[in-house]
Amino acid sequence: MPMSGPDIEAAIVAALPGAVVELTDLAGDDDHWAAKVTAPQFAGKPRVAQHKMVYAALGGKMGGELHALQVTTVVPT
Amino acid sequence: MADTNTRISTIVGENDVVLFMKGTPLFPQCGFSSRAIAILDHCGVAYESVDVLQDMEVRQGIKTYSDWPTIPQLYVKGEFLGGSDIMMEMFEAGELQQLLDEKGVAKAES
Repeated sequence: MPMSGPDIEAAIVAALPGAVVELTDLAGDDDHWAAKVTAPQFAGKPRVAQHKMVYAALGGKMGGELHALQVTTVVPT
Repeated sequence: MADTNTRISTIVGENDVVLFMKGTPLFPQCGFSSRAIAILDHCGVAYESVDVLQDMEVRQGIKTYSDWPTIPQLYVKGEFLGGSDIMMEMFEAGELQQLLDEKGVAKAES
């Protein structure tokens, strides 16, 4: 089963408190998502590390159930 | 497993720019790989590609090697840069072109 939008958002916010998650359903099928994550925890970290933090929040589902999650990370200003 | 790691590090070490992808540059087998190729072509650099669909060991091993769960994966001068999302973010910010330039990566022959 693919993850639902609310599940994705909840998992990210649980791991990164204070994060703002904007989800876009890319294909309208509840399965291809784009997530723009704005989180203070990203400050001062390279992009690879920022994306890894998001993947870690999703608990190993990335690459399996979540093939189609496009991630953008933003440091709040 | 150790052998796979050695193979991967040899590939990464011997090529200035290498993309681990699904399919080939002419026939990408996944939208993310296709996007990564489009970005590299836009940058106009010479690159090597590895089709992980042809090699199950590399397909799994590369995820451990980089501690990164998805493919494609881009390496520049031995350094893991990220997947297609990071490539797109960097490309749009002009950072990817700048990095490739600074690293002295060869241009593709046209």
